Amino acid sequence: MARKLPHKDAVIIGLGWTGSILANELTDAGLDVVAIERGPWRDTATDFLMSYAQDELRYRIRHELFLRPSQISVTFRNNAEQMALPVRTWGAFMLGNGAGGAGVHWNAETWRFLPTDFTLRTHLTQRYGANILPQDMTIQDWGITYDQLEPHYDQFEYLCGTSGQAGNLKGTIQAGGNPFEGPRSRPYPTPPMKQGYGHTLFAQAAEELGYKPFPQPSGNLSQSYTNPLGVTLGQCTYCGFCEWFGCANYSKATPQTTILPVLLRKSSFEARTECEVTRINLDSSGKRATGVTYVDSSGSEVEQPADLVLLCAFSLFNVQLLLLSGIGTPYDPNTGQGQIGRNFTHQTMSSALGFFDKDRYNFNPFVASGAIGMCIDEFNGDNFDHSKAGFVGGGYIGQVQTNGRPIETTAVPPGTPAWGSKWKQALRDNYLSTINAGGACHGSMYSYRDVYLSLDPTYKDRFGRPLVRLTIDFHENELKMAAFMTDKYAELLQKMGAKQVVKQPRKGPYDVTAYQTSHLNGGAIMGTNPSNSALNIYLQSWDVPNLFVQGASAFPQNAGYNPTGTVGALAFWSAHAIRSQYLKNPGPLVHA
Amino acid sequence: MHQVNRRQLLATSAIALLLIPQAARAALIKGGLPWKPGAADPPTIVRPGPWHFFTAQEAATVEAFVDRLIPADDLSPGGKDCGCAVFIDRQLAGPYGRFDGYYMSGPFHKGTKQQGPQSPLTPAQHYRKALAALDDACRQKFGGKVFAALSDEQKDQAIKGLEDGSLKLEKLDGKEFFKLILKNTQNGFLADPIYGGNKGAASWKMIGFPGTHYDYRGWIDRHNQRVTLPTIGIADHPNWSE
Amino acid sequence: MHEKDKRILGALFALALIAGGDGARAAGIDKQDFNQIERGHYLAIVGDCAACHTLPGSGHEFAGGRRIETPFGTLVSPNITPDPTTGIGAWTDQEFVNALTKGRGRHGTRLYPAMPYTYYTKLTPDDALAIHAYLNTIPAVHNAVKSDQLPFPFSMRWTLAIWDELFFTPGTFHPDPHKSAEWNRGAYLAEGPGHCGMCHTPKNFLGADDTRKSLQGYALQGWFSPNITNDPRRGLGGWSVDDIVAYLKTGHNKTSAATGLMSETLNLSTSKMSDADLEAIAVYLKNDTNGSSGNKTASADPPDPAVMKEGAAIYADECSGCHTLNGKGAPGLFPSLNGSPVVQQTDPTTVLHVVLRGARSVGTAPQPTAPAMPQFGWILDDDQVSAVVTYIRNAWGNSAPAVSANQVKKTRQMLVERSD
Repeated sequence: MARKLPHKDAVIIGLGWTGSILANELTDAGLDVVAIERGPWRDTATDFLMSYAQDELRYRIRHELFLRPSQISVTFRNNAEQMALPVRTWGAFMLGNGAGGAGVHWNAETWRFLPTDFTLRTHLTQRYGANILPQDMTIQDWGITYDQLEPHYDQFEYLCGTSGQAGNLKGTIQAGGNPFEGPRSRPYPTPPMKQGYGHTLFAQAAEELGYKPFPQPSGNLSQSYTNPLGVTLGQCTYCGFCEWFGCANYSKATPQTTILPVLLRKSSFEARTECEVTRINLDSSGKRATGVTYVDSSGSEVEQPADLVLLCAFSLFNVQLLLLSGIGTPYDPNTGQGQIGRNFTHQTMSSALGFFDKDRYNFNPFVASGAIGMCIDEFNGDNFDHSKAGFVGGGYIGQVQTNGRPIETTAVPPGTPAWGSKWKQALRDNYLSTINAGGACHGSMYSYRDVYLSLDPTYKDRFGRPLVRLTIDFHENELKMAAFMTDKYAELLQKMGAKQVVKQPRKGPYDVTAYQTSHLNGGAIMGTNPSNSALNIYLQSWDVPNLFVQGASAFPQNAGYNPTGTVGALAFWSAHAIRSQYLKNPGPLVHA
Repeated sequence: MHQVNRRQLLATSAIALLLIPQAARAALIKGGLPWKPGAADPPTIVRPGPWHFFTAQEAATVEAFVDRLIPADDLSPGGKDCGCAVFIDRQLAGPYGRFDGYYMSGPFHKGTKQQGPQSPLTPAQHYRKALAALDDACRQKFGGKVFAALSDEQKDQAIKGLEDGSLKLEKLDGKEFFKLILKNTQNGFLADPIYGGNKGAASWKMIGFPGTHYDYRGWIDRHNQRVTLPTIGIADHPNWSE
Repeated sequence: MHEKDKRILGALFALALIAGGDGARAAGIDKQDFNQIERGHYLAIVGDCAACHTLPGSGHEFAGGRRIETPFGTLVSPNITPDPTTGIGAWTDQEFVNALTKGRGRHGTRLYPAMPYTYYTKLTPDDALAIHAYLNTIPAVHNAVKSDQLPFPFSMRWTLAIWDELFFTPGTFHPDPHKSAEWNRGAYLAEGPGHCGMCHTPKNFLGADDTRKSLQGYALQGWFSPNITNDPRRGLGGWSVDDIVAYLKTGHNKTSAATGLMSETLNLSTSKMSDADLEAIAVYLKNDTNGSSGNKTASADPPDPAVMKEGAAIYADECSGCHTLNGKGAPGLFPSLNGSPVVQQTDPTTVLHVVLRGARSVGTAPQPTAPAMPQFGWILDDDQVSAVVTYIRNAWGNSAPAVSANQVKKTRQMLVERSD
């Protein structure tokens, strides 16, 4: 029998990026807020110590900061003919846990989506005709425009102190920035990061080939910065232990380094850690959330009543909780009915290895950060003419090598023996002179009828609840795009002076053991009416108006960029709507 | 040196964490950023000593194996002298050996390659079975000799046999075992020396990785120049007492 | 007007200023005097009564029960809410003023000088009364506290008569007519209700202030409260008045951050004081000539070059990632070790404490970040700590006595026995 606690104005499920942003916004609006976080409390000086944060085996190979699949996992199959099996250890994606969520161990690559990304179906159809889209592709417009979101992109970037070079200031293209980006109202809060040798050579080669390279927008800061909340971050020291790791010197934008110091000072906020929300409770009408039930670390069930529920648990777990709580209709891929689980996407990542003459090139790969890199955007979105391409979509291409951590940095030319003296020699000869950027071709993944999330019929979590099941495979469109982008990147590596280029285009089937970012999106998408989405444009559930579902689960399809910038912007956009409209008049914000 | 166990600190420290009786049993974070003096969860530094997991025979096999995967030459000491067998031993005796943190509930079905490893066999169990099976296979193939007793050439032959599947292990997939031991050996060779392998940061010196430095601000602009910092690890700082 | 008259007028004016109110008021409390209660509330903040009399986390202000470490054992603070049986509700105004300014409890019992009556004695009678007026208005909490917990022979309160005879000079503050009104206000606050010397002045073996070394630093409760005279190296000589005000108000200035015991003083007291009062204190401290040599000569023998070499190597690998190779850190985030008075105290306890156990700097509304330093005690042995601490105390123009491995060992042992 669950113990029932005193009421709170708002309960937030998960204290990652969106949970922290919403908690701060709602407490500013005068609400009494509790955040329930499944993982542990984490903070810089107690968890990411300068004396042992640089431990590749512990954090990168043994996944110490990530969610343990034994606590909760997911299942996977390529298609409905297969039986989905559990992901017993992470591979294709790494799921976060604990205070700060994935915001602790992300790369901090902080992008905005293109204006056309938000009106994708309309745009592509208008430009190319509807036939360019594969029959089973289910992309759709978001319901909002880039211009509507722009002030909130700005808000997130100024919260983080993002380091970058503006490419489009209020419509005027700026040299040195991304000429394709949507117009921004003001420059980045801090100047771009410095770049290493390999990144700089790439930019030179890109210019020689007629592209417009620019520094990757980075949440590893180029200089110390105090954000609008009064919180100060430090200057990144290019330690090369960024993504997958906690930052030891306050120089990576995370909830810890941007929001939590201010949030925790408020008497109207509290966080309960090591507590897992097992369901969102509804009243008898099924149209109103009454709060959540969670299980504490001793296994006791607790009920937390609240007027407002914010679901901030990461895309996969957002969808799982909606399904387990009976909110909305589960998606049926055969009929196409039901919104919960639909339009699930990942990313289509490709790369190429560039082996250079070791006597002439030393890239010092270990001098780097998670978001270092020089990029070109000519092949992203619809930035180029796709009429004869044979696919739609694309992504940025960049020399974005983030580290030289030895266990991971063992790329050797094909044909090298896998062990023995020759292996060692190849390792020695290539470590310093190889360009090995896993994220080089950051291709989009558009949504398809047969790629979706649902509840698994067989495998359960430790509470006996069904795990969320991923049904996902690559489609021709994405694989063609991947090959195209890889060819372009390979050209650039050649131009840089590589003596050997080994292309690594993404190939199917989708493999749950092959890492390609944790950018898992969709499943509870936003849209203009309940027949095409789970949420309205303010991320408010069509089914349960006092429930808002944050995060990338809202993306109707993925774009060719890292999602966190857009996740942060949407969180601020949603928070603004809650504060300026919903709290004054609780109820549906959109009547469709 | 004194290691502070985070759980001990949580149990004994009375400040910073406010535990309100009527709330759930969990950490309640409220009223300011928590602070526990001395809080840390440092890695356990592997010390030389008796084997924690391997029997003497298993250890001999693994030492012989790693010494062929990473032979001694002018680039680095061999896998054995680098401590790769010690690394594997300590890893198998710990949470990795048990697949702690892995989702290990059944039912277990083989699945496609894309669905990833689905065996209930933990690394510790895998090694235990495979090392015994390897010796059996070697006895059959090499006139009664176990792996550790073979000549270097014969060892390499046996290893290649595992690698390409021609050397079969009883009730086990030799290729899978080969992948496992190769990965563990190379991890140990390239990991921080605190884990028992990569003794003296030998592999790092070989490739030119200066180790666990945290501040490269003075180097980011020095393009195409060799970094001349001393090679250090988390607990390896020979430069401190030079 | 004669010079003497001018000085008297000036003194009277200063007295009025420092008392902060109408000096001509008759003694006594007017329960309806909002101003008096307000002033009493403010003075209770300046006096930081809550630091001893409020048990953290109890939600009951001034209800006592807090354990206070002294060199002679642990005392427990009494309940000073107006509860008539367990608090001071039954006390008269005179009894309250006697406690505050003469160190006498009800019925004349002598108070232990852990209660800073040796400082509060400087309060004007009006100010003391104002505090009582305020305390009369706070919620009465029924909380019986057994205060008397010192071991024999300190349990014998009559011995305090001797202590008081030797070390206590009762009497209200006398402004210095040669100094500005602002200086006098600062002196009144610092030497009176602010009782800075309680933590910052070294003590003799009987726990009394060594007045020859006023504000030159004192080791207590696992820390060393630094020298806050105007000494150019070990005191506030390198800080401007603005730097001191910023520190007291926000816990941070461009080179330093408050941590340890001072965090509480920040939170409960100085961050809530007026800018004018903080400036007055700063002016007072900057004009304190006691103990200041005036010029920044080296304060210690140069350390062993081998130790400096080892310390520099450790510093580069473990410390420079935040504090930078030139020791200057990052303003508002990583304190500057270069030129830092805290680093150069003769007694290295604070530096050792921070290195061995880490420390969180204080978070305040204007400076909420509260960056924390991680602990290094797990990875650095006593020799290594002594090398790196000797290094930072003597690099970049710093100068302070070397720290031995034995000192580190003792400090480590002392800290292990502490939970705070």
